[in-house]
Amino acid sequence: MEIFGIPHQAFLGQIMLGLVNGAFYAVLSLGLAIIFGLLRVVNFAHGAFFMVGAFIAFLLGRNLGLGYWPTMIAAPMIVGFAGILFERFAIRRIYGLDPLYGLLLTFGLVLVMEGGFRVAMGSSGHPFQTPAQLRGVWDIGFMMLPIYRAFVILIAVVVCAGTWIVIEKTRMGAYLRAATERPDLTQAFGINVPLLLTLTYGVGVGLAGFAGVLAAPIQHVNPSMGSDLVIIVFAIVVIGGLGSVLGSAITGLGLGIIEGLTKVYYSEASTTVVFLVMALVLLLRPAGLFGREEA
Amino acid sequence: MRSLSRLGLLLLLAALVAVPFVPHIIYPIFLMKVMCFVLFACAFNLLLGHAGIVSFGHAAFFGSSAYVTGYVLRDLQLDPGLAIAAGVLFATALGGVFGALAIRRQGIYLAMITLALAQLVYFSFLQAPFTGAEDGMQPIPRGVFLGLLDLNDDTNLYFLVLACVGGGLWLVYRIVHSPFGQILRAIREHEPRTRSLGYAVERYKITAFALSAGLSGLAGSLKCIVFRLASLTDVHWHMSGDVILMTVLGGMNSVFGPAIGAIIISALRHYFDALGAWVTIMVGLVFIFCVLVFRRGVLGELTHFLAVRHPAKEQKNAQI
Repeated sequence: MEIFGIPHQAFLGQIMLGLVNGAFYAVLSLGLAIIFGLLRVVNFAHGAFFMVGAFIAFLLGRNLGLGYWPTMIAAPMIVGFAGILFERFAIRRIYGLDPLYGLLLTFGLVLVMEGGFRVAMGSSGHPFQTPAQLRGVWDIGFMMLPIYRAFVILIAVVVCAGTWIVIEKTRMGAYLRAATERPDLTQAFGINVPLLLTLTYGVGVGLAGFAGVLAAPIQHVNPSMGSDLVIIVFAIVVIGGLGSVLGSAITGLGLGIIEGLTKVYYSEASTTVVFLVMALVLLLRPAGLFGREEA
Repeated sequence: MRSLSRLGLLLLLAALVAVPFVPHIIYPIFLMKVMCFVLFACAFNLLLGHAGIVSFGHAAFFGSSAYVTGYVLRDLQLDPGLAIAAGVLFATALGGVFGALAIRRQGIYLAMITLALAQLVYFSFLQAPFTGAEDGMQPIPRGVFLGLLDLNDDTNLYFLVLACVGGGLWLVYRIVHSPFGQILRAIREHEPRTRSLGYAVERYKITAFALSAGLSGLAGSLKCIVFRLASLTDVHWHMSGDVILMTVLGGMNSVFGPAIGAIIISALRHYFDALGAWVTIMVGLVFIFCVLVFRRGVLGELTHFLAVRHPAKEQKNAQI
């Protein structure tokens, strides 16, 4: 069976692999969107926190002998805590200034983190073992799917849905939404908005660290693993619009699939297709697919 | 004040002319590189400082012009003058396209769009057949400028670079102090009001993009001839970050502040090169420090300091 001249199996296979990439895009753009929504800071360091998450997982495993599952909890918490410190001592000083400064500040942080890990760990990649329970492949008819990749897709969907539920259905989420809309009024109602900002940044970069742990067994752990990724995520965020959490997650998954399909039909363009889609969306719908226009 | 700065300019020019004759004091090739970055940063600041547009994709103009220049010189074997012109034209056109797309959004979105478009350019050059991918395009022959000036001689090349960068900076100065520059600042300060006064804001922004890109292209094209090399480093987004840092560090509210930033960063990279990745950490810390406590930049803080001590001169200092 063929679809547009491409064997059925290759076609579905690339969609599955695209979904795996899309899962990372979704978790990363989700965190970026939450941070931007509340802090009005475009977190350039998102990709670097992703890298740090993978490294911490690697180091916890190698030096402390921690298993994969405890690592999966511990590494994002460490990354989140680092984020909280950075928010508390640096980002907090630039609230109210032009958002440009937030971008520049976090860009500086990227250089420090990437350079730091390059000094400490070298530039080459470190292999990372897939946890024993998730090794092997499933025969799902049209392809042999590594179980770990299926697990990544599943857990990304769970994380995105969980975040959405927390934001839409819980009291904490209501505070968050209120502070996103009108920080001054929310503060006047007795809610500690500065604390909320700090925690949001921590959770946002914690999500990035979590994605890093997920990625560690798939990619080699190296200092520049997040640096090109963050730009793709930026493009995805422009496409989806930063306005909605769910929107950015869906856009992330969708673009992963589009990327996978491009690999089948015209593999040279697979690295650029996200940016081309972004240009197209800007021409047709400047505010983004799910966004509302704001200055 | 004015005669003083004119005297300073003459002294600087005299010193620059003397450099190739005393190569043991300062390495001319390094100075040529610094001059390219000075032009790059000042051209970039046309957008950031004067139009209030944050572009995070200027490496695309710098690098693509370097590649085009390299292509014309190495593969077409044409005159370096033509090669530079081709590079600048290409960068200008690319700047127009970037501008037309990016100004559909504002502020931080605009920055992300330019970044993404630049990444598109990066991958295009990575895959194009003539660029040599990771190896870069090398060696590129320098050629004989207009059939007269043999650029293989470093001194000849030095004066060509000096003339081009000088001309480029003069152009930046003229643009900033022209009615066009005034309108750009008006757009930066209050876009809706400028629009209501009847100015076609979009057209001005796109023109500013193209001009800034063209001048950045000139810098890239010269750098390519100096080093006989066009590589992916020139189009990578770290380069876009570098030029922003140079500009913010030097001071974005002045015409030539970015030049100071460019000199500092180039020197940092040149003299501490042996430290490897530590330089990246240092540059990152400078970045963070700059944003947190030093937002006016070196020249900005200096003029501010002088203005606080001599309030009457504030007006004049603002013109530097």
